[in-house]
Amino acid sequence: MYSQKVIDLFMNPKNVGRIDDADGVGEVGNPVCGDVMKIYLKIENDRIVDVKFETFGCAAAIATSSMVTEMVKGKTLDEALKVTNKDVAEALDGLPPQKLHCSLLAEEGIKAAIEDYLAKKGNAKQEESEAKQCAKA
Amino acid sequence: MSRSVYLDHSATTPVDHDVLEAMMPYFTSDFGNPNSLHAWGRKARKALDEARNQVAQLINADPTEVIFTGGGSEADNLAIKGIAYARKDRGHHIITSAIEHHAVLDACKWLGKEGFDITILPVDKYGMVRLDELERAIRPNTILVTIQFANNEIGTIEPIEQIGSICREQGVLFHTDAVQATGHLPIDVKKLPVDLMTMAAHKMYGPKGVGALYVKKGVKIAPLIHGGGQERGLRSGTENTAGIVGFGKAAVLAAKRLANNENENEKRLRDRLIDGILERIDDVILTGHRTERLPFHTSFCFHYIEGESMLLRLDALGIGASSGSACTSGSLEPSHVLLAIGLPHEIAHGSLRLTLGKDTSDEDIDYVLENLPKVVESLRAMSPLGKRG
Repeated sequence: MYSQKVIDLFMNPKNVGRIDDADGVGEVGNPVCGDVMKIYLKIENDRIVDVKFETFGCAAAIATSSMVTEMVKGKTLDEALKVTNKDVAEALDGLPPQKLHCSLLAEEGIKAAIEDYLAKKGNAKQEESEAKQCAKA
Repeated sequence: MSRSVYLDHSATTPVDHDVLEAMMPYFTSDFGNPNSLHAWGRKARKALDEARNQVAQLINADPTEVIFTGGGSEADNLAIKGIAYARKDRGHHIITSAIEHHAVLDACKWLGKEGFDITILPVDKYGMVRLDELERAIRPNTILVTIQFANNEIGTIEPIEQIGSICREQGVLFHTDAVQATGHLPIDVKKLPVDLMTMAAHKMYGPKGVGALYVKKGVKIAPLIHGGGQERGLRSGTENTAGIVGFGKAAVLAAKRLANNENENEKRLRDRLIDGILERIDDVILTGHRTERLPFHTSFCFHYIEGESMLLRLDALGIGASSGSACTSGSLEPSHVLLAIGLPHEIAHGSLRLTLGKDTSDEDIDYVLENLPKVVESLRAMSPLGKRG
């Protein structure tokens, strides 16, 4: 059911962990729904210089976390904000239909972390993007 | 070096070599239709009769009380819909429990849409049906109570004797889905107050696609499949001779294992696994009852991590397990059984089931006890939950 890429990243995920002095932290999902993704960003000159994640969830959630962190690393904030869930799913050679919401979580996680950074800088309103309800299949 | 440790025997068991050997002739040389009068047919008929005796003996039934079906789900449907249709003039009320297999639960729910009245009994935190709740639920128009013998997800064995006695006193028929229990626990239908009972060959080292419904003498049910009138008119269709022969052989072997108390060894290994996991890993709960439990069954919920992740990490280490988490079910809801025993969603997502088989060894248990803590630790290290350093 999973592509080899998903399995590989699930078994050996990249960028696992936390950044204690992170510039932006985003947490999306809900333990009740079975997945929570927490993204930590280190940002210099509006560019993501380091990124880590902690994820509670299934293989797809962990693989998408790993993939999205790889995809945004080194990108400017504007570039990172353009990474969509579709991009993440495609980079993983696809996800089973019932797991597509995991890729949405990845997109939202990055956005939430960037928004947190911008809010801390005080030049943006923090938007409520956290999924309060379980994603629909 | 990695081992291959299959611990998903609640899902299915391998076909025993002796079972396969018994089946083989009925595919090729002894291929006859048991309903034919010639020598080929008679040979198949004889094999069918013998298999019926063997399955009947396992549960101390009369051979005429055994109806072969295409599996456990079909037998459940035959029992429930068969009684509903045969007894609809007497009443429309059916009682079941919240932790039944979907073959029972969904058959009942379907009947609910067809105008029957369905009561779904709650269970306690161990998954036990409460007898006082059952007594309260029975009404004059109740035609059937269907409650499983033992649960597939949490291993809890229901108080079948008491449930059956209550039904008898109230004059209500009692069906039990004994798919997980048959061949693993001693069952004597002459002593147990049970009117209908579901069995499946592939949970006891027989082939898939064969099951049976025990129907007590005198209990009338309507068939689901009409046609040539096989199986006393209750299940038409040319019999799956090879599969049924395999079921018969599996029943003989299971009876032998029960007589030799081999399930005591399985129980010892089960307890080693349960104790070992609870000792080695923090923030884990055993789901289901500790002692009123299938001899081969263990099931847990691990906090802060998700079942499918555990399952796939274990799979990569050669350990076959299963989970009732949402992510393994295709839906986004964790298993109805785990929710029915009162577990919050976030705990139920961390479910893992390890079910032993007759060939599981101490070395297999050692291997799991060595590797499972590492899997849990590495996934927890990755998880944002549980306030970790």
